[in-house]
Amino acid sequence: MTQAPFRFVSTNRRVREDRRFVVGKGHYIGDIALEDMLHVALVPSQYPAARIVAIDAAAARAMPGVHYVLTGEELAGAVDPLMNGLDTPNVQRFPLAVGQTRYAGEWVAAVVADNRALAEDAAEQVRVDYEPLPFLIDPEKALDPASPTVHAAHGSNVLLDKLFVWGDVDTHFAESPRHLSFRVTWGRSSTVPIETFGVLASWDPWREILDVWASIQMPKFPDQIARALRIPANCVRVHQDVDVGGSYGVKRGIKHTVLVAHLTRRLGRPVRLIEDRLENMRAGDAHGPDRLFDVEIAFNDDGIIKSMKMRALDNAGAYAGRAPFQLGKPIGAIVGPYKIESVQYRAQSVTTNKAVEEAVRGFGQSPTNYAIETALDKAAAACGLDRIEIRRRNFIRADEFPYLIPSGSRYDSGDYHAVVEKVLRHADYAALVAERDGLRKEGLLAGIGVSACLEPSGGNSSFEPLLNEKNQTSTWMESARINVDGLGFVSVMIHTTSAGQGHETLAATVVAEVLQIDPDRIRITRPDSLASLPSNSPVGSRMAIMLGGACFHAAQRLKDKLVKIGAYRLGIAPEAAIYEAGGVADAAGRRLDWPDLVNIAHRNFHLLPPDTEPGLEATYVMQVPTGTKLPENGRTQMYPCHSFEFHLVLIALDPVLGKPDIRRYVIGHDCGTVINPHIVKGMTLGGIAHGIGAALLEEFVYDDEGQMLTQSFMDYLLPSAHEVPPIEIVHHCTPSPFTVFGQKGSGESGYLGAPAAISSALNDAVAPLGLSFSKLPIRISAISDAIAAAHSKETKA
Amino acid sequence: MRTELLVNGVTRVVEVEPRKSLLDCLREDFSLTGTHAGCEHGVCGACTILLDGGPVRSCLILACQADGYAITTIEGVAPAPGELSVVQDAFCETHGLQCGYCTPGMILTAHALLADVENPSRAMIVESISGNICRCTGYGQIIEAIELAADRLRKANTPRDLISLSPRLGTPHQDLAPADAPEKGILEAADTDMPYGGAA
Repeated sequence: MTQAPFRFVSTNRRVREDRRFVVGKGHYIGDIALEDMLHVALVPSQYPAARIVAIDAAAARAMPGVHYVLTGEELAGAVDPLMNGLDTPNVQRFPLAVGQTRYAGEWVAAVVADNRALAEDAAEQVRVDYEPLPFLIDPEKALDPASPTVHAAHGSNVLLDKLFVWGDVDTHFAESPRHLSFRVTWGRSSTVPIETFGVLASWDPWREILDVWASIQMPKFPDQIARALRIPANCVRVHQDVDVGGSYGVKRGIKHTVLVAHLTRRLGRPVRLIEDRLENMRAGDAHGPDRLFDVEIAFNDDGIIKSMKMRALDNAGAYAGRAPFQLGKPIGAIVGPYKIESVQYRAQSVTTNKAVEEAVRGFGQSPTNYAIETALDKAAAACGLDRIEIRRRNFIRADEFPYLIPSGSRYDSGDYHAVVEKVLRHADYAALVAERDGLRKEGLLAGIGVSACLEPSGGNSSFEPLLNEKNQTSTWMESARINVDGLGFVSVMIHTTSAGQGHETLAATVVAEVLQIDPDRIRITRPDSLASLPSNSPVGSRMAIMLGGACFHAAQRLKDKLVKIGAYRLGIAPEAAIYEAGGVADAAGRRLDWPDLVNIAHRNFHLLPPDTEPGLEATYVMQVPTGTKLPENGRTQMYPCHSFEFHLVLIALDPVLGKPDIRRYVIGHDCGTVINPHIVKGMTLGGIAHGIGAALLEEFVYDDEGQMLTQSFMDYLLPSAHEVPPIEIVHHCTPSPFTVFGQKGSGESGYLGAPAAISSALNDAVAPLGLSFSKLPIRISAISDAIAAAHSKETKA
Repeated sequence: MRTELLVNGVTRVVEVEPRKSLLDCLREDFSLTGTHAGCEHGVCGACTILLDGGPVRSCLILACQADGYAITTIEGVAPAPGELSVVQDAFCETHGLQCGYCTPGMILTAHALLADVENPSRAMIVESISGNICRCTGYGQIIEAIELAADRLRKANTPRDLISLSPRLGTPHQDLAPADAPEKGILEAADTDMPYGGAA
């Protein structure tokens, strides 16, 4: 790592948020209660698709403590459909089912009572007459015009079907001596935070203001609430000082919020909805990508991949949600870290009678990386090449950055070869291979897995105009405001909620770095949305780049003002003044310290330079670096920065038991300049754990009746401390030329490559049996069944 | 029904429905909101409290069943306002958390382990926290925190039962006014111009 002249950036300082959490003093949605607050429980649909014939809520309404039973019909008359993002006006989504249900568990009615227990009791007394309708679960069947349509008014199940061709795919395929094609499937899993989603809303009809507290990670959240409720946006006040108990993408909660917002307006009392685990898993509308990939590559005998055709078919579930756009973001890294010259990409999103998808860590990038990395492994096998060697041959070289990929993104920087070499050296690759072979001699199955992939970071939204021409959004800004009070204390305002990413530490570190003051003395506050500058929330691995950038520039502005004041007082030009540790000096050593400057700014207008505002305050609204224009000809600069990770895994398993045991896990990680090493380390380790879940354990499984089988943590398995091995991180730093300190994103690190690496290792382990796995998660049962089948075939033969 | 609960060393009397979980009782009746609801079916461990020093899922025990046990919640762990226990401080040192939601349960589980075992192996730590699910950290920095806490407790020149957790730890502290706040009135800004904010 290059030695940068930082005081606080990249140093192992504590994460300031941790203090309140270790004593149980977080401020989560469940901890916020208003006087007179009412509670909601939901009535779930029993069927994957059914016409709602009648809802009889009389018995529920008659129960003591029950205040209201809301149906979808009433709600649809009072609010507008939830924002969709695609140009599909007939795929309408409301917080409750309207007229018909479209997935098992979908909320049909909401019961409001004095407490949650009463509301649950009453929900059981709501009688719904259903007339079951044909349904479908399979995304390929959804494409068949003869299949039932989830939204009849839309006319088909296709939400999105776009074909992109970047470069001369046909020629490259025709000229390449080798082709191979395959299908891989990414099972539907999600981030499943330990805190479910919750929201509390309170309407004051005299002030005409809707106060909202929510466990939220949603861009444009207040706007969406206001639009759905048809009220002015400045009547919606979202309180952003709510600690979010994990999100990793999914806490979008717009349907929950519109529901309770309507209820508080209807009932004149604060209303809170906190999902229980079943509501969360089955109908929180927070599932992740559910995707199959058909991939074809054209390459030569040296393993050089010239071109790729990829079709991604995503099963969005019953409503559009954010799912279709998760096919869009991967376009920004569609060739991974490789010099693939041309790509054909078909992105298809269809409705089925499953629960709704939401944004999940990486926004579709991890499934895409799994498909690309599988292609590399297969090409290596076809050419008889080592899987690491084929990656080396196809990697973009360090001297080729910035590197323009066929789909229009320019990768900022990287040194993929160096990271791989570091990892191999650290792990002693030859010894690792020997260990694998030794395990095989002992009668175990053992495999080494590799994956190399990118984390596009910086959270632009350019996949939206790319997939929907009516959307002309070309900014995805983030802001910061700094105020120095009359006593000289510094406050920094950030304008979003956080879910454990340490944004307070980030902001304090960056501002302190620029102003050369103690970060621990800086207060970070989160104004409510009406007092906030424009923000787009922590999505797309963007906050180090965007909030860090906004804080940096705001602090620069503040420093400029301090210098201007100091220089004027010293009678020198600002250019001649030296700023150091909060003071301003001239070359001769005359100096005004921080208190002097603060005093002048706050109390001595007569000493301020002409045309200078009193006080010490600075704001900065930052545009995404490189985000200068709308997409053109199906090409766009997606995200500004591209972190790199290289995973190396050794897995052993007993062929009878089939339980994978991760013996070694090494990751090389390059996210440019690290602002807080503790935070980046945590993100990477947590991302890998999440990837282990997606690769081996986690799936929302639906049966043939359209019912979700994995409704509890006893069926939907989350990795525990037993399943996550010790992980070794090998650091590398290639600064980004597009950011203030050279930082890149890391919020999705680990997760983006772990599933591919684990799949690679398991496939290496079972290759001697002639087996391969092409669907995630690869559960113990799938492994042992496949091995048993292979053995019985062998015995018969 | 009338139930007497010994929570963080203080006996509290509460009228609860027989069906009410200890988790809901702690949160709703005593405002001890550091105990968190995660799955409410006994898997995730976010609601972990100590019952006579041992970790227990407060979502799986009824409030009225806890009568007669010494209950310790996360609010009973810090020695004084603004201070941290050795374990809590170790979690801060290694950043053994992110969103903080599983953290109280994780810390109580760690306290229970370290009260019993002076020098736990990595495998013992993994085993002890394997009933507490964390979605943020991947457990690495949590395990480091517990190893660090064990090390510090071993080296501390204090009887172990005082620095480790036990039900006899004191009452949850009241939130006090910041010690440096003026007792009355407002400081006159001009009188207090001093470099509080300045030194690097």
